[in-house]
Amino acid sequence: MPEDKLLRPNRDVGIIGYGAYIPRYRLPASEVARIWKGENFKGPPGEKAVAGLDEDVITMSIEASRNALARAAIDPTEIRAVWVGSESHPYAVKPTSTVVAEAIGAVPNTLAADWQFACKAGTEAMQAAIGFVGSGMAEVALSVGMDKAQGRPGGALEYTAGAGGAAYLIGTADRSLVTIEASYSFTTDTPDFFRRANEKYPEHGERFTGEPAYFKHVTAAADEIMQSSGLKAEDFAFAVFHQPNAKFPTRVARSLGFIPEQLKPGLLVPMIGNTYAGSALVGLTAILDIARPDERILMVSYGSGAGSDSFIFKTTENLIHRRELAPATLEYISRRTEIDYATYARYRGKLVSK
Amino acid sequence: MEISRHWRLAKQRYALVGEVCPNCEHKIFPPRDICPDCGEEAQDLYQFSGRGEVYSYTQVQQAPTGFEEYAPYTVALIKLEEGPMLTAQLTDMGKRPVSIGMPVEMVTRKLRSDGERGMLIYGYKFRPAIAS
Repeated sequence: MPEDKLLRPNRDVGIIGYGAYIPRYRLPASEVARIWKGENFKGPPGEKAVAGLDEDVITMSIEASRNALARAAIDPTEIRAVWVGSESHPYAVKPTSTVVAEAIGAVPNTLAADWQFACKAGTEAMQAAIGFVGSGMAEVALSVGMDKAQGRPGGALEYTAGAGGAAYLIGTADRSLVTIEASYSFTTDTPDFFRRANEKYPEHGERFTGEPAYFKHVTAAADEIMQSSGLKAEDFAFAVFHQPNAKFPTRVARSLGFIPEQLKPGLLVPMIGNTYAGSALVGLTAILDIARPDERILMVSYGSGAGSDSFIFKTTENLIHRRELAPATLEYISRRTEIDYATYARYRGKLVSK
Repeated sequence: MEISRHWRLAKQRYALVGEVCPNCEHKIFPPRDICPDCGEEAQDLYQFSGRGEVYSYTQVQQAPTGFEEYAPYTVALIKLEEGPMLTAQLTDMGKRPVSIGMPVEMVTRKLRSDGERGMLIYGYKFRPAIAS
């Protein structure tokens, strides 16, 4: 056993393609506040992305995966695993990943599975893909983090529970747009947020979601990977964290020594809300859209329950021209149609007519 | 229950997989195994790009069974850049008006669900093309 706790594949791997997806509808937080708190209540700033009537985790994952395939420029039959992490899989039983795999042309010689670990299901799938490719069992694996996030009407989560996410094709380092230098996972049994079987909306532990949950796990996962790699905050061009709101990632970044300029490009929560399993991963696509070659990026996810996955990425020359092959994250964000609470209630299926 | 029918159509519905005629290279959608152009046997699969334009359209106010929750919606004749014409719903229009000649691209979306307990049915729709 090595001295440090990093997860080490047998061969070097990286991201050979990435793709974002964010639906076009936006619900301002002030509109949620207007309905539940009154006209004069000053709600939180920002807005969240809302999926259309015909969108769910399957359709959004298909589009993000097609974007990742366009950038990787590979034959989809090379993909030997299709793994989708989410807490809003459309079926309780029948894998999202089977539909995604069929739609992108990865069937039938592939594994397919759905992952769940609250907001870190997507990075959990990414860790597994690193192992799957890193062991030599596969040349390419697809990991997706995507959510159409649930929040109880009138509850604190409803201001930010958004929709969207990202897909990553993991392959060998020699053909990567971004190499993966290190990864690590930190997990404990911490019941800060959960949704029981057959319940529509999650429960959360109010202030308990902060110190013993988010901050403890994100900090531990970041500290371990940075110390074991001998890197400090100034060695990174960018950092992206799970972003349930703007306050948590901003505070944890500051405590780890990062400055606002490193955080800002990947901090999308004021524009699209908390996309749960997609949150850190879609922040990373926004960074990859603008990063230069040979830049280091730290990503730390957080999933309630609870745990964090941390990753150190390094960009390569290949990223620069390949990223033009699919729409940028900000193109999806700027494709914006504002809706009111009534339309939101309809789109989210909160209105029942029979 | 029409599970077998939906399952049989999945490839063409999810991803616009049609056929190409090995004799005259005519692109065929939906797949019909015989080239409508030259009459030869044509079973080679062909992946359409998904790009096309609105040829004509109409607004549906009184939706058929299974589609009520989506009304009103627009159904359009889409002329694919490879040639074939097909009928599909437009989606993600936001507040944009539809127009003939509008460039559109294929997206895979939920078409409907087979009741509360039945399967979810996915397939192609078209939306205004995103810039890049």
